[in-house]
Amino acid sequence: MRTIIQSDAPSVEAQLLTKIYGRGNTEVVAMREVSFQVQRGEVVALVGPSGAGKSTLLTAIGLINPPTSGKITISGCPVMDGPRPLVSLRAFRRKYIGFVFQKANLIPFLNALENVQVAMEINDVRSRKARKRALELLDYLGVADRSRSLPSTLSGGQQQRVAVARALANNPSLILADEPTAALDSHRGRQVMELFRMVAHEQKAGVIVVTHDHRALDVFDRILEMEDGVLRPPPNGPSSRNAETRAQPA
Amino acid sequence: MNLAIRDIRHKLSRFLLTAAGIGLLLMIVMGMAGIYQGLSEDALSFLERTKADLWVVQRGTRGPFAEISRIPWNLEDRVYAVTGVGKARAFVSHTIQREYQSRPLRMVVQGLTWPQDDGSVLPLIGGRVLGQAHYEMLADRTLGLRLADRVPLGKDIYTVVGITAGMTGPSGDGFAFFTIPDSIAIQYDTPGEAIRLEREARRSRLRKQDLGNTQPILLERAAGPASQLPALGTQNVSAIMVNVAPGVDPARVAKVISGWSDVTVYPNDAQRELMLRSIERNRKQLGMFRTLLVIISAIIMALILYTLTLEKMHDIAMLKLMGARNGTIVALILQQAMLLGALGYGLAYCIGLWVFPFFPRRVAITNANLMQLALIVLAISVLSSLLGIWKAMSVQPNEILS
Repeated sequence: MRTIIQSDAPSVEAQLLTKIYGRGNTEVVAMREVSFQVQRGEVVALVGPSGAGKSTLLTAIGLINPPTSGKITISGCPVMDGPRPLVSLRAFRRKYIGFVFQKANLIPFLNALENVQVAMEINDVRSRKARKRALELLDYLGVADRSRSLPSTLSGGQQQRVAVARALANNPSLILADEPTAALDSHRGRQVMELFRMVAHEQKAGVIVVTHDHRALDVFDRILEMEDGVLRPPPNGPSSRNAETRAQPA
Repeated sequence: MNLAIRDIRHKLSRFLLTAAGIGLLLMIVMGMAGIYQGLSEDALSFLERTKADLWVVQRGTRGPFAEISRIPWNLEDRVYAVTGVGKARAFVSHTIQREYQSRPLRMVVQGLTWPQDDGSVLPLIGGRVLGQAHYEMLADRTLGLRLADRVPLGKDIYTVVGITAGMTGPSGDGFAFFTIPDSIAIQYDTPGEAIRLEREARRSRLRKQDLGNTQPILLERAAGPASQLPALGTQNVSAIMVNVAPGVDPARVAKVISGWSDVTVYPNDAQRELMLRSIERNRKQLGMFRTLLVIISAIIMALILYTLTLEKMHDIAMLKLMGARNGTIVALILQQAMLLGALGYGLAYCIGLWVFPFFPRRVAITNANLMQLALIVLAISVLSSLLGIWKAMSVQPNEILS
């Protein structure tokens, strides 16, 4: 299946995404008819209480947890139509999506450099080229001096920077981050959020960050708020059921 | 980037310990094959050195390698008289156990037709061949005897004049070579009192017969050594080994000798077959034990690889999330399995080379056995990694969130 990416298209577009777990009496609607767009270079925060469906939405557009219904388009390429994949999901993730999680999830037997390098080698980038770019990314994120260190010897902030470098390795058009600052202090947390903003603007990638950290919301271009599986309408926004809220600088 | 190597490097000591464990198991598997090979080689070593074309044994028996065979020694002369026979040699072989320097000395007493056969065909590693008709012996080094040792056997003392290597019987006992008369003397050694009683009994039996009364010389001889009695003089040997003259068909000679009513003739191959059949049970026993060990090794390797894979499930989920192909993950597990197998095999070989010489019986490691075990290890490595691969394939990338 051939994927055609459009560089001017929105980074991600979700249309009426619904996710239902279980059946009959045990049926739980985790996400209901969620629609939104994230442009390239835009940093969006996804906030809401626990159980609101944020992670469900993130994993759905990250192509690791297919929706029950709805459509997902990434960089102009339709990728999901309901639970049916329209492309090879693993190959699409490899090329166009970067992930960062609450835990850095670095591979413990690879050093920082190799953790970034492996993401590119998986994507068929030649070893020497991958190594060069990995070093550049680590340098860009300020952890080049720890490139030979194993994850267990890095601090939480350093690990998260390496994870961000890994997410950026293949120049993805979409970066998804699930509470990336939860394990960091507020200072480090803010640094990571600013890092996302910098990356989004410089690399022209759409970034969606699930966060509970309201102190750093001013970093984001927009805030999407979820509650009970739906996106809440903005206070002064359109009357549609799923709405978007402009970020208010702190 | 080779993920398998990097993972191993990360947990090197544990990997090496695991490989050492696998190596010890494989060493036992290797040893089993070596013990069997040693058993066969020990059994056949003497048979192959004799290079006899035919074996003449007691009628109705299957020869000295299967059961007791007794034929008169002078049959050697009868066989010589057959047209086409180039060489005929008596074969005497029996196992004895004696005390020597306060330790048990168990050996296979083997007779040589001296002076035609002085032991020069044997693999001597020290000393010389038999130089006289009596009271000299060649001993295999496994017997622990040294040159010039004087070993009392029966009523005589034998001096070790030569040391051989690799001459052990199917039961693992070392060979000792004597002249035929000496080996018979050792085999039929009887205490002095028993001889005296037998001589008296002979005289008593003769006195009751007319022959004894009419032939006083017989009464006189009956009191002497049995070998001086014409009727009893011929001694028994186990078999006669025959070599046909150049250009003669052994089957033709065998056909002539088979016509005699007191002997049976076997070609050398038949004796070889009989010898191998005598160790068949041991072979099966070792074979079954070896099979069990291979299965156990496979199960242990599968469990180790499965555990190693379980420990990496989170990392595998992350690799899948990043879009790694199944081939990358299969290669990670399979390469580790192969490396574990290869390292285990190498260790088994090295430890075996060091340990096997200390075994009481010969452990003969042949290239064929090594190749066979290498293929077994390869198969085990692949099969045992399947469980881990199946588990790794079943992990979903969204498990990274759990």
